[in-house]
Amino acid sequence: MSYDVAIIGAGVVGCAIFRRLCLGGAKAILLEKGADILSGASKGNSAMLHTGYDGALDTLELACVRAGYAEYLEIRRHLNLPLLETGGLLVAWNEAEAAQLPAIVEHAHRTGLADVNVIEAAELRRREPHLAPTAVGAVSIPGEHIIDPWSPPLAYVLQGMAHGGEVRRRTEVTGGDRKLSGWRLSTSTGTIETRVIVNAAGNYGDLVEAIARPSPFRITPRKGQFVVFDKPAARLIHSSILPVPTERTKGVMVVRTAFGNLIVGPTAEDQEDRADAAVDEAQLRTLIDAGIRKLPALAGETVTAAYAGLRPATQFKDYQIEALPDRAWITVAGIRSTGLTGSLGIARHVAGLYAQHFGRLADNPTPIWTPVPNLAEHLPRPHQQRGYGEIVCHCELVTRAEIDAALASPLPSGDLGGLKRRTRCMMGRCQGFYCSARVAELAAGRLPDAPLRSAA
Amino acid sequence: MSTHDVVIVGGGPAGLSAARRLAVSGVRDVVVLEREAEAGGIPRHCGHTGFGIGQFLALPMSGPDYARRLVAYAGVPIRTRTTVTAVEPGGRVHVTDPENGPDVVIGRCVLLATGIRETPRSTRLVSGTRPWGVMTTGALQQFAYLTNTMPFARAVIVGTELVSFSALLTARHAGIEIVAMLEEGERITARKPGDWIARRVFGVPVLTRTKLTAIRGADRVESVEVERQGRRETIACDGVIFTGRFQPETAILRSSHIALDTGTGGPAIDQYFRSSDLQVFAAGNLLRPVETSGLCWAEGRMAAANVILGLKDKLPEASPSVPVTYAAPLKYVYPQRFTVQMPIAGPPPLLRARVSRATRGRLRLLVDGRELWSRRVSLLPERRISIPSDRLPAAGMRSIHVELMED
Repeated sequence: MSYDVAIIGAGVVGCAIFRRLCLGGAKAILLEKGADILSGASKGNSAMLHTGYDGALDTLELACVRAGYAEYLEIRRHLNLPLLETGGLLVAWNEAEAAQLPAIVEHAHRTGLADVNVIEAAELRRREPHLAPTAVGAVSIPGEHIIDPWSPPLAYVLQGMAHGGEVRRRTEVTGGDRKLSGWRLSTSTGTIETRVIVNAAGNYGDLVEAIARPSPFRITPRKGQFVVFDKPAARLIHSSILPVPTERTKGVMVVRTAFGNLIVGPTAEDQEDRADAAVDEAQLRTLIDAGIRKLPALAGETVTAAYAGLRPATQFKDYQIEALPDRAWITVAGIRSTGLTGSLGIARHVAGLYAQHFGRLADNPTPIWTPVPNLAEHLPRPHQQRGYGEIVCHCELVTRAEIDAALASPLPSGDLGGLKRRTRCMMGRCQGFYCSARVAELAAGRLPDAPLRSAA
Repeated sequence: MSTHDVVIVGGGPAGLSAARRLAVSGVRDVVVLEREAEAGGIPRHCGHTGFGIGQFLALPMSGPDYARRLVAYAGVPIRTRTTVTAVEPGGRVHVTDPENGPDVVIGRCVLLATGIRETPRSTRLVSGTRPWGVMTTGALQQFAYLTNTMPFARAVIVGTELVSFSALLTARHAGIEIVAMLEEGERITARKPGDWIARRVFGVPVLTRTKLTAIRGADRVESVEVERQGRRETIACDGVIFTGRFQPETAILRSSHIALDTGTGGPAIDQYFRSSDLQVFAAGNLLRPVETSGLCWAEGRMAAANVILGLKDKLPEASPSVPVTYAAPLKYVYPQRFTVQMPIAGPPPLLRARVSRATRGRLRLLVDGRELWSRRVSLLPERRISIPSDRLPAAGMRSIHVELMED
């Protein structure tokens, strides 16, 4: 079997590129070494639809974030993807931070965001009465919103598949031989012939890049830990509460999630290990304390979960995206924290590189849309409609029909983690106290690693 | 939308015993809302015996048998698969069920009996990766007794509360080897024979002064790291069972108008089991972590007796009421307030309390600074403390305080 293009890595970036190339008529295959899509860097992020108000001017990152933001708004209704319109407030907690606010606004204006402006303490308090009284002012960024971090990439993959693309999971690329007509890739599930390769391998980007050339960049995963508070905490804020960045750190955010929770994070810890997204008790306590300093009422709220994401940082600030025409290769690396928003923009940029160097891509004026189930709390969910059958997960109000649908999808959940990301089952405050046995029962025989053995 | 005399939220021992008491007393328009497919509550998946002592004229029975008995005796309609999504003033209970979708059920009185759950790994902020194989006793019991499967083969149990030994029995039933039981404190939390049984009968090491510091493993648990008496050790296992540290199931209350108590974690009540909303009563383990099913059953009956008085407008108004205060090492005391104008026919109310650590001393009940009652006590965190409050004056109190003068 031979393909026009093989995309290595089914994170949010790989999924978006897959969609765009499939829409353009390329015969594409998406390869993922994990059991499901989003098994690596894209598993844990802050789920913000980011305006790029702080993006460096004239960078590819800012261009992709802007294009990605716009395209998300354009296609989200067709794919049934949510938008929680919170706006952002970048809050100054002392006079030194307050002094930086005008420069932040000026920069945002230079990036083209005319609606960003400074608001005074009184107005800030009116908008966010639960904030600690030490807040002295803020920058309002009206376009900074929240989305579901996992449903968009799923929708992108499904749309790519509807346009003829193939997805192969549990398939690790182990090497490649350059052929006259392209590449023969060796993988853990067999060889694949392809004309072009797109390296979207995230935290493994430099290792995969070595197939084509000595990698000019080195990935040092940057871990970001988050604490998730239970849903009642979300009432404490309306907007995303963002920090004034310092030289050392971008600081801790307090933001709502599309699922109705409130999260505090991230930390920023460089590490060598590319897979170890471990959380650390001391860091989590530091985050909770930071959250309580900003939002004192958080002290009375309970923690539902903690997670960590690994952002694929390189030694360079900007995205590392380039076409290597003589290597039949497109590099897409160093997509750090803006990947969720930037992915659709990156995909357009990559499609441009592909068309320029490797082959025509058609414009498809009437694409097939593949809407995904809604998981956002502020929009209708199946348990709110008649005839939903059975609630399996009581905390997140997940119905059996939703679990069955995820297991019977054209791209069924690949493992329990994937099923959780697609349905929210076991993701709530009891973390499976009530539903894990039932979920495992429903998944038995339908997940390759269903964690069940009959008792002796 | 439907209206009832009493809407009971939760079909466990407390909710079902309240239902029966109401039915027997002639309050017929009662409905129990239960989110599971079968009512009965947590006993449904407690396979061991010891339930129902003194409640039904029968020998102690297994949890599932007890649950079936509670359901059979309830005497009022039980709406299963009915999930409560919100509670609002005016006795308005928002529900959703599979056939009808969202609806509102209104009760002249509402009795909350939503029970408890264990504290999962995430809330405990345990370091490490997040592989499959980490669960609570409740989840393990569901695997073992409801689906007859085993989620892992060699596990450690975190905690030494009574429920931790129940986890041990469950693991045994499911064919899971328990590698060790871990306890941070100097001694086990449960009463003494527990560790003897674990060690002698099951051959399981009970490691005291041992703190779980991290969970390791990619897809599945591969090991845990512990700090044992100051030294770091690794224990190979493929499962971790977090036991106990129960907390009241208050998810719907925390987004409601009903006041919660930080000590118990449950709704603050007066001696008539009334929350801050006098139309809304509460009973059972929702009131505090954690008591036996037998006590929850008894509380359900007492709460129902007060609900009947409430329906007849025979309970006093909220004010004036006196808050009950306490000092460490007491962890909580409830009822959290006394509405004066006592007494009303029925058993005299009790103050109940728990301590946060093993201790001994003189327990005192003070009214307006004057000692009304005291007793020498030797206390454990899992030991229930009952303080008679029948000597509280009917009127004129300004403060009620409970304290332990430690030796």
